[in-house]
Amino acid sequence: MKVDASRREVLAGGSAALGAALLGGCAQTPVAGTLDGADWRRGHLLRDGGFPEPEGPVEEVDVVIAGGGIAGLATGWRLAEAGFANFTLFELEDRTGGNARSGRNSVSAYPLGAHYLPVPNREAGALRQMLRGFGIITGDGAAGPVYDPYQLCADLEERLLWRGQWQEGLFPQTGLASPERADYKAFEDAMASFRVAIGNDGRPAFAIPMALSSRDPRFTALDGLTFAAWLDARELTAPALRAYLRYCCRDDYGAEPEHVSAWAGIHYFAARRGWAANGDGDRELTWPEGNDRLATLMARRISSQLRPAHSVFRVVRSPDGNTAEVDVHDHANARSRRLRAKVVIMAMPHFVASRIAPELCDAGAFSYAPWVVANVTVSRHPEGKGVSLAWDNVSTASNSLGYVVATHQSASDPTGPTVLTWYYPMSKEAPQTARKIMLTRSLEQWQALVLRDLMGMNPDLEGAIERIDVWRWGHAMIRPTPGFLTDPARQRARESQPPVLFAHSDLSGLSLFEEAHYRGVTAGERTLSHLGLAYERLA
Amino acid sequence: MAEMEVSAGPGDGADGRAAGSLAVILLVSVLVVATCGLIYELLAGTLASYLLGDSVTQFSTVIGTYLFAMGVGSWLSRHVRRDEMGVFVRVEILIAMLGGWSAAGLFLLFPLVGDFRLVLYALVLAIGALVGLEIPLLIRILRHRFAFRELVSNVLTYDYVGALIASLLFPLVLVPWLGMIRTGFVFGLANVAVALALLVALRRQRRIAGDVLAALMVTASLVCGMVFADRLQRWSEVAFYAEPVIYARSTPYQRIVLTRRGNDLRLYLNGNLQFSTRDEYRYHEALVWPVLGRVASPRAVLILGGGDGLAAREVLKDARVGHVTLVDLDPEMTRLFRDSPQLSQLNAGALSSPRMTVHNADAFRWVRAAKGSYDAVIIDFPDPTEFSLGKLYTETFYREVARLLAPDGVMTVQSTSPLVAPASYWTVATTLESAGLRARGYHAYVPSFGEWGFTLAAHRAVEDAVHVPPGLRFLTPASERAMFDFPPDMARRPTPVNRLDNQALVRSFAREWGQYEG
Repeated sequence: MKVDASRREVLAGGSAALGAALLGGCAQTPVAGTLDGADWRRGHLLRDGGFPEPEGPVEEVDVVIAGGGIAGLATGWRLAEAGFANFTLFELEDRTGGNARSGRNSVSAYPLGAHYLPVPNREAGALRQMLRGFGIITGDGAAGPVYDPYQLCADLEERLLWRGQWQEGLFPQTGLASPERADYKAFEDAMASFRVAIGNDGRPAFAIPMALSSRDPRFTALDGLTFAAWLDARELTAPALRAYLRYCCRDDYGAEPEHVSAWAGIHYFAARRGWAANGDGDRELTWPEGNDRLATLMARRISSQLRPAHSVFRVVRSPDGNTAEVDVHDHANARSRRLRAKVVIMAMPHFVASRIAPELCDAGAFSYAPWVVANVTVSRHPEGKGVSLAWDNVSTASNSLGYVVATHQSASDPTGPTVLTWYYPMSKEAPQTARKIMLTRSLEQWQALVLRDLMGMNPDLEGAIERIDVWRWGHAMIRPTPGFLTDPARQRARESQPPVLFAHSDLSGLSLFEEAHYRGVTAGERTLSHLGLAYERLA
Repeated sequence: MAEMEVSAGPGDGADGRAAGSLAVILLVSVLVVATCGLIYELLAGTLASYLLGDSVTQFSTVIGTYLFAMGVGSWLSRHVRRDEMGVFVRVEILIAMLGGWSAAGLFLLFPLVGDFRLVLYALVLAIGALVGLEIPLLIRILRHRFAFRELVSNVLTYDYVGALIASLLFPLVLVPWLGMIRTGFVFGLANVAVALALLVALRRQRRIAGDVLAALMVTASLVCGMVFADRLQRWSEVAFYAEPVIYARSTPYQRIVLTRRGNDLRLYLNGNLQFSTRDEYRYHEALVWPVLGRVASPRAVLILGGGDGLAAREVLKDARVGHVTLVDLDPEMTRLFRDSPQLSQLNAGALSSPRMTVHNADAFRWVRAAKGSYDAVIIDFPDPTEFSLGKLYTETFYREVARLLAPDGVMTVQSTSPLVAPASYWTVATTLESAGLRARGYHAYVPSFGEWGFTLAAHRAVEDAVHVPPGLRFLTPASERAMFDFPPDMARRPTPVNRLDNQALVRSFAREWGQYEG
């Protein structure tokens, strides 16, 4: 039923709530929570050395995958898909999944980092095959693949807090002067034409995976300037537009428009041509635990090959060049051993790879954006003036990226407890400085910052915050700075030949699931070719 | 106020000018306190008729009580033997606090206290008595400054002028523009301003620190009240209902409010009317019997929503029904309609029937996990006003329900008004069809809702043949058949499918009801 007696919202409450409102804001009791992050100790061991020498006989193996993030897992998935099982995946952390790992408490699972995958483009064949295998694509419609509705982000996807009102979408719809609207329109038009542009090599100007993008200098020249400079040159200077674009850059790259290559900035808007039935091409796939759903499904597929809590700490090409020596340390028993592999896939960020295999790869000028992700457990759902709670909730007045709601997909109950995942890329300072600040802040300081930001967006959460768990990513995302398309270190890593191959989204320069997956699949297929195994090409 | 002719009385220690300005303040005070006094009276009367209904009785008794209390105050003034000024100032501070918070306090206390009348009349008595003290005290304070003839004339003139101001401001400006809660605070501030002005004027003659502190604290509390008036307004939602509220409770899921006027009992969830006892039988007969009457053997019945147990009451009338499973989000709702004698009487004890199993769960999650086969499914959710509710009308949801529906089973869905929101109404049918079912719409007139729509669905075509049991108040075989006829203004039209990722229904519902309500 039934009749809406009035549009006016009627909320619960009583005198207790009144007291809280009048007295609130002053007394702040400490909030429960943890301060965590990637395993610094193990990470810094790689930087500083100190692993014991390998012991025992050298073990001969076919394939080693070093790194259990999305790229390494995708390599393993690709090998398994071809029926090849003779490989081992070593992961330094206790759990695979890399930036896509997740946490869980009694309320919900929640992401610690990467948390969604846009519906893939037509060109992302390997990814689509995987999604089909995992039951995420359930069939084929006339207009494209059919996605499982439980895994497509349910409406409402995004809302924006703008001048005290929540509204749908991420760009303000009201209260803008006509020049502001005109700039937005001009930008949208420019992106629409980039989206359909084809280069002189017959490829789309911007593709995902980005390796399939056109090499036409018309487009690659955009890598010669920053996104901000490109916008300035086009006189797209309206503050509302620039604020929106800044949000987008920080969301996808953890960096400011002033730092990001114009090619990358445009790629965000011009590369997505999701292919799906039911008009779902512009949707996203998401899960309470974020992309850990995909990571876990990949890991499950290759579970007998996984070796977590193992650091690969040295990789060298053997003198004859046919194999590679891999030194790996088992953190459980504090012992190291040596393997000789026909192929090693370095599925790790480049700054790590350059320490493990310094002769095979140089760190280049890569820089990484640090991020802080806080999972805020609340006893009731956030509300707010205007449009009701969305999956992604962003405020124009905040320097954070807002929060996503972990239970958005699974329930229809708009009340009750949930977990809000709050994202904050530390993009203003230079990455090195930001990392220092990140590490020196205490849990209480981070919690206070999260709390202030969240309360600014949702004062209705007063008294509803149960815990704030803070996760720090020192090197969350590769930053696609100008020149990244032609960076020689990246080029060299891409062209590396067996026995040592590289697989990571760093090779693309864009920290996206699709890129990591593509690099992993490519490395897997090159491995299969090198071993002389038959397979049907996916990538 | 313009110049006043005042004569400095004998025996005043202060010089003539100071005494004159004090007299001016005092006469202004008469105007202010008279206005405030009448405002509090009007607030209490209006509030009482809002909250308790029967405005003639409420207004009359509140005003009577108030005037009587003023008499009590006037009589009590004889016991003030010295320091009339000090007592007057403190009376002002007290009135400011009580009167200023009166509207907010009454609204807030209403759902919390057992006997609201007791609170109401106690407050009216207290404020009335304090206001009754004001004029006698003022006359005594001013008695040396005016001739008696002038004094009575001045004081009563300002008193009655104040009353006129109040009675015009209250309905024309204050209630429409400020609302009752803010009005209370504004006039509380006026009272405390009188106290503060007098204290400032008297600062040379007496110790005022304690009184000033009290006055400032009251001022601060009133200003706080002003600032949070919107929130107070929301919390005190009883002002929202047209009928007297007899029960109000917030659960983690919703606000449950019951109102009663005469024999008309109404249930509101989050301010939305769920039923009125005057005509709910029409709604529930139309919801239930077209389904049960089309199933050969309705052994197992599933009700989604409907925690009031009224649909269950209809279902349990059918002796063929062996078991009813009811899924409602809110345990408080089903508890209330099971345990409250007044409410379980409405559903004939359906929720405590041995044939009934109640699950308090989010239906969206429940159907996804549920197994089993139901011969009839009755879906009675709130209208899709929110994205969260919209999920319960999606193709994905109906696919899960279709999985639970027996091959020969029939289901029905309450589908909003086909007259007010035809596109929304037919979206339900389109969506059910998209989920692989055959759908058929029908509608009934329920006076408290208007023209209301339902949708039948089944794995096979929904037939005309129906068994309507005798003895219903609304449905007969003939009126059942008539429900399937849609005149052109409600006729079927093409609509999109409501999907989790487009929420087409929530959007069209907001548009159509928005236009309807203008």
